[in-house]
Amino acid sequence: MDFELTEEQVAIRDTIRALVQDRVAPRAAEIDEKAEYPKDIEKVFADNGILGIPFPEQYGGISGSSVTICMGIEEIAKACATSSLILAVQALGSYPILVAGSEEQKKRLCPPLAAGEKVAAYALSETGSGSDAAAMKTHAKRYGNEYVLNGAKQFITAGSVAGTLVVFAQTDAEADHRGISAFVLERETSPWQASKLEHKLGIRGSPTAQLVFEDVKVPAANRLGEEGAGFKLALAVLDRSRPGIGAQALGIAEGAFDYALNYVKDRQQFGQPISAFQGIQFMLADIATQIEAARHLVYRAATKVDAKAPDLTKIAAMAKLFASDMAMKVTTDCVQLLGGYGYISDYPVERMMRDAKITQIYEGTNQIQRVVIARALLR
Amino acid sequence: MDLELAADHATFRAAVRELAQGAVAPLAAEVDRDHRFPEEAVRAAAEAGLLGVLIPSEYGGAGLDALAFAICIEELAQACASTSVIVDVHTSVGSEPILLFGNEEQKRTWLPRLASGELLGAFALTEPASGSDAASLQASARRTGDGYVLNGTKIFITNVGHAGLYVVFARSGPEERAAGVSAFLVPAATPGVRVGQVFKKMGLNGSPTGELVLEDVAVPAGNRLGAEGQGFTVAMRALDSGRIGISGQALGIAQAAVDESRALLAQRARQQGDDFLLADMATRLESARLLAYHAAWLCSLGRPFTRQASMAKLHCTDTAMQLALDALQLAGEEGAVSGSPFERHVRDAKALQIYEGSNQIQRMVIAREVLR
Repeated sequence: MDFELTEEQVAIRDTIRALVQDRVAPRAAEIDEKAEYPKDIEKVFADNGILGIPFPEQYGGISGSSVTICMGIEEIAKACATSSLILAVQALGSYPILVAGSEEQKKRLCPPLAAGEKVAAYALSETGSGSDAAAMKTHAKRYGNEYVLNGAKQFITAGSVAGTLVVFAQTDAEADHRGISAFVLERETSPWQASKLEHKLGIRGSPTAQLVFEDVKVPAANRLGEEGAGFKLALAVLDRSRPGIGAQALGIAEGAFDYALNYVKDRQQFGQPISAFQGIQFMLADIATQIEAARHLVYRAATKVDAKAPDLTKIAAMAKLFASDMAMKVTTDCVQLLGGYGYISDYPVERMMRDAKITQIYEGTNQIQRVVIARALLR
Repeated sequence: MDLELAADHATFRAAVRELAQGAVAPLAAEVDRDHRFPEEAVRAAAEAGLLGVLIPSEYGGAGLDALAFAICIEELAQACASTSVIVDVHTSVGSEPILLFGNEEQKRTWLPRLASGELLGAFALTEPASGSDAASLQASARRTGDGYVLNGTKIFITNVGHAGLYVVFARSGPEERAAGVSAFLVPAATPGVRVGQVFKKMGLNGSPTGELVLEDVAVPAGNRLGAEGQGFTVAMRALDSGRIGISGQALGIAQAAVDESRALLAQRARQQGDDFLLADMATRLESARLLAYHAAWLCSLGRPFTRQASMAKLHCTDTAMQLALDALQLAGEEGAVSGSPFERHVRDAKALQIYEGSNQIQRMVIAREVLR
């Protein structure tokens, strides 16, 4: 076993950490308040190679390792969950290409993403097809060398700002989930319509969009894998992306805990810092232990992604489930540690608590994670 | 033993529910979104007599007991948590201290106006450096010939800017900590009373919370509530029954979360995981409600209820937080967007674990009582 990061990973982490402190942290409260996509942060990430982390060097990127992706997401999420999604969704939207794309597709589609010229997104969910992805209605019909896409997708993170969109659609409605295929849409040649959903509980700067496809033409060369292989691909991608959501949850919890820990050491009541009270100390001990446990599960899952381990599905689901439940509890407790100050927007922890909730819901609700874990156990 | 509500309380609940669902619930999403004081809802509550629930009829109130008060706040909170805390703070910590500690003249002067809703009540104890450690408060009340001059800054004051009367706690003598504190009735219109920063919060957006700044505020001696140095006792007694109100508020939010979860699950193919979660939610809610009503019942009988009120506040508010989170989880992404009640309950519920004595303080109180 080896719990150490490589020198290269440490260097990448330290670079990201410094960049986050300098450029992201000062913007986090404003991004939340205005609920606007932080295009400036996207540019910072593009200019500094962060958007290239999900891609191996041969496709213009700098890593392609899940451990490195998770590290990056975690560091960013400590300061701003919305900004961490820019990297997380870049990875999510690129995995289908990296997993199922032909060499030609990878060479053609990845470099502009790796260079940060545009961001990717992943469109699976529909209004009537959330946890039950096989029930999707979006369909693609082939005419010669292209497909024509019709339908709508719901709750698509970055769907309104992405330049490259992986869409799952039925190519054979009779065949149920075996009739689903995956397509890469590039905005210039296959434009889609997007409307942003307003007033979210958290990750308010990350645009969650409803997408509409009306006779959108996609070249057949942009189909990923065979017809009918899309559903399996969708699940394989989620196996790889779930540790990243675990890392996001981990970062949110760590950010809240860093703040709360300093606060309780500083805040005086009854003639002493409140950190001198055993009731507070027990909370601190529980929080730190839960964070540590989640961190190990997340990075264990990430190493399994990198090793293409056969039991990846189960561990990835466990990492996402445990880390997100942990983040919800830890951020709620951190608001509690700040008392009334924790509840007002002048302090960052209430934002972190609001941001934590979605990690229990997206990329497979935690109920779905439990189903996945139980299925793996009972196989 | 009889754990059923008496006919009077059941009738009262039905009446409050009708008002809450008719006049309060329709505003809940809007006041949250726009951070707007629910003027119409509070007026409707006033017209229905709900601002004088605990005030005896001789002073213009309904003369009901602590259980009725808990039920009232529960029903309002089920409709709109912001409205419920406005009414709760007005009724308990904002008015009840006058009932419990006021002299006859003070009661005749203030209670009818509070009962009718002409004046909204508020409670100003907390300061920036004095939260859980209330006895360390620094606001001063300097004795003058015929009264006092108050100076200081209070923080996290519910109903700030809308209240007509503040119960203010300040240091009137050189005695250390609790012994030096007195309580004062300070009309909002008194020169030198000013609203400071009003906070942007995570939830309860319809209920204003902010700073109350006192700058050379002259208060007649007749506005001192209770004896000099009795202020801390006034505050602690007010908070004891205040906790019954917050328990009621928690029950209302939790009930709304359960009801909305039931409605949601009725529309979709339920799995056993859904059923088990709903069963746990309903069981927790039932236990919390019984605890709260027991505290209220003890209070109504004039028996000691400090321990039960703290247990009720702790358990009911932890329950509301957990159930709000559980319900949002059942609702999934749909529940996290666009004025959904699910996400609002989560944001609202968190405040309850913090205010009127954080749940850490409740544990200190409970442990002290248990170890007595």
